[in-house]
Amino acid sequence: MLKALVIDPGKCTGCKQCEMACSYENEGVFNPSKSRIRVFDFHEDARFVPYTCTQCDEAWCQQACPVNAITTDEMGVKVVSDSLCVGCKVCTIACPFGTINYNASTGKVIKCDLCQGSPACADACPTAAITYQDIEQTGFDKMKLWAGKTGAAVEIDGPNTPV
Amino acid sequence: MGWTGKVLRVDLTNGTSTSEPLNMEWADKYLGQRGLASKYLSEEMDPKADALGPDNKIIFATGPLTGTCASTGGRYSVITKGPLTGAIACSNSGGYWGAELKFAGWDMVIIEGQSPKPVYLTIFDDDVQIRDASEVWGKSVWEADAWVKSTHQDPMMHVAAIGVAGENKVLYSAIVNDLHRAAGRSGVGAVLGSKNLKAVGVRGTGGVSVKDFKAFMKATNDGKKVLKDNAVTGVGLPTFGTQVLMNVINESGALPTRNGRDVQFEGAKDISAEAMAEPRKSDGKPNLLTNQACFSCTIACGRISKIDEKHYTVQNKPQYWQASGGLEYEAAWALGAATGVSDLEALTYTNFICNEQGIDPISFGATVGAAMELYELGLIDKEKTGGLELVFGSTEALTTAVELTGKAEGFGKELGLGSARLTAKYGRPELAMTVKGQEFPAYDPRGVQGMGLTYATSNRGACHLRSYTVSSEIMGVPEKTDPLVTEGKAALVKAFQDATSAVDSSGLCVFTTFAWTLDDIAPQVDAAIPGDWTTEKLLEVGERIWNMERMFNNRAGFTAADDKLPERMMKDAAKTGPAKGLVSGLDKMLPEYYELRGWTPEGVPTNDTIDRLAM
Repeated sequence: MLKALVIDPGKCTGCKQCEMACSYENEGVFNPSKSRIRVFDFHEDARFVPYTCTQCDEAWCQQACPVNAITTDEMGVKVVSDSLCVGCKVCTIACPFGTINYNASTGKVIKCDLCQGSPACADACPTAAITYQDIEQTGFDKMKLWAGKTGAAVEIDGPNTPV
Repeated sequence: MGWTGKVLRVDLTNGTSTSEPLNMEWADKYLGQRGLASKYLSEEMDPKADALGPDNKIIFATGPLTGTCASTGGRYSVITKGPLTGAIACSNSGGYWGAELKFAGWDMVIIEGQSPKPVYLTIFDDDVQIRDASEVWGKSVWEADAWVKSTHQDPMMHVAAIGVAGENKVLYSAIVNDLHRAAGRSGVGAVLGSKNLKAVGVRGTGGVSVKDFKAFMKATNDGKKVLKDNAVTGVGLPTFGTQVLMNVINESGALPTRNGRDVQFEGAKDISAEAMAEPRKSDGKPNLLTNQACFSCTIACGRISKIDEKHYTVQNKPQYWQASGGLEYEAAWALGAATGVSDLEALTYTNFICNEQGIDPISFGATVGAAMELYELGLIDKEKTGGLELVFGSTEALTTAVELTGKAEGFGKELGLGSARLTAKYGRPELAMTVKGQEFPAYDPRGVQGMGLTYATSNRGACHLRSYTVSSEIMGVPEKTDPLVTEGKAALVKAFQDATSAVDSSGLCVFTTFAWTLDDIAPQVDAAIPGDWTTEKLLEVGERIWNMERMFNNRAGFTAADDKLPERMMKDAAKTGPAKGLVSGLDKMLPEYYELRGWTPEGVPTNDTIDRLAM
């Protein structure tokens, strides 16, 4: 089964355990500046939003790479080969989401590779704001929530207001 | 590992900065953060020096677990001589700033001297610069935060700053980082103000390592599970925040009300956690929007609130319509019960201003309460207050007072002195609910007897965070004791003081100790740094730190005569609630406490104690 990271910003508290887990997994130290996942703090709206690569099927980064350093593995994950990457950064321009970035200390680009099928960020998240789920059922929880309201005598507050 | 091993020393008089190795011998004896920085302060400065003069130093210090994935591992402390108290000050803050300093490669920053003109400090890893702050002097914490990030075109910086209160040397001004996390108490903000240092902006790109990653991941994961499974840290704090205490403490008859005249507040339920979560009558929306975690924290007790846009305090001020740091229990008590005000929106507004201008809401609220009593006694009049009707329960008096205090205008200048100096000025020093010049927090020593001894002996003046015996006396953690008796409290206070000193030196948050004991913490520390860290070693380090702080204060001129509570706590019995008829039994607890500590009856550590602790 193919799986994907599912992010529910409503559950995020901004603790950055995901950034710590990601940097430890990939860099061997705690270093959020090298994390592939990043938590954004929209403090004026009281919202915290984790964001990372969604593993596009037809990935802009992959298509832009002039040395074919980005390949797709059997899980559909876009993986950067450090031995092929020349650090030209064209992929960082091509990616519409900003989720592939240059690492000045290695001269290569870094992006989320779902930790070979066991994403450390999802394991570390204390509130289940980040989960790893069946790629075809990422809407399951939201569907279930709305299904539960169908026909019930409850007022629905708005499209993104789970109770 | 754990420690970065590097100390940044900044000399503001000469405009220089240097890197030096961390004293590892001291690190093994004082751990980090509170303990280690207090050791540096004790060794490097004369405790008699003027807290607001160039000879005082101010240290921003992380612990060995700051910047790691240990739950709550993001704390830093500010250690200096406090201008409010004249004693050693140590104010602890969360948010993200402390971890960022660690990622920049520094265990601590020691700031000395006095800049001839307003400056701010930037730390980009090894690149440290003292820069001109004339453009941002006179601005708020919030403006300074935005200005530093925009000037350096780096939204990922974290900024610790003072507001106008710190610039004006309000004696209880705070240092605020990440907009609403504060090194709040004892006037550490005024020390930065006296040094003409507006802000410290940090950005770090390095990693934090630990001694044994495998053991560390196991120990920290075990710890996280304990926090999650505990009713307080797993449910109570994330859901209600520290404000869960408002109704509990009120029912215990230990909520100091109207400057300690009463021990229960009729408006408590209106300013409680439950009230914050309920839809408002005015606009149908709750005051509380969400909870927020500090760096690495899996508890997430922080409150994020939004004020009703139609409330009189903000109706023409859209800059306060955004979400920001909401009321924690201590602030809600000080701004509310201590002044008799029960308008939740007004308290939230006052709290926002405290964050915006860098004011400790505990000391501010308590000072307003003392001023209200002076006003009601006729010792201060309307002419003096500039027309302000300073009576208990006046919402308008509170919200106007905070604006004046932040800007140090009019009567705000006098409020900025704190209750001890204010009441002394008007001839009634006994009306200051203070110890060593610092205002009480939110627990009445008549209703929670252990807190009386806690306040009297706290090395930074009255404080709940030095030994939170409420945990045992009210909540039953780690075991229930009777809050109304003095028996056994000397030992309880000592045990809490020693353990807390160690926790405050580790990089962790003391709120973990609702669930964790040192047995949970020791394996996390031990996996992070060399030195065979056991529960016993942490306790010994904690006791050593406590005695070192005490000796700093003794050298500064404090004696046993300063370990006392205001007359009201010793003579005026609680009028209502479970503690009705009781006064504080401090006189029974204090001699026993000195003896348990190995101090002379004059409160001085004996040579045997100093030798036993290898000081």
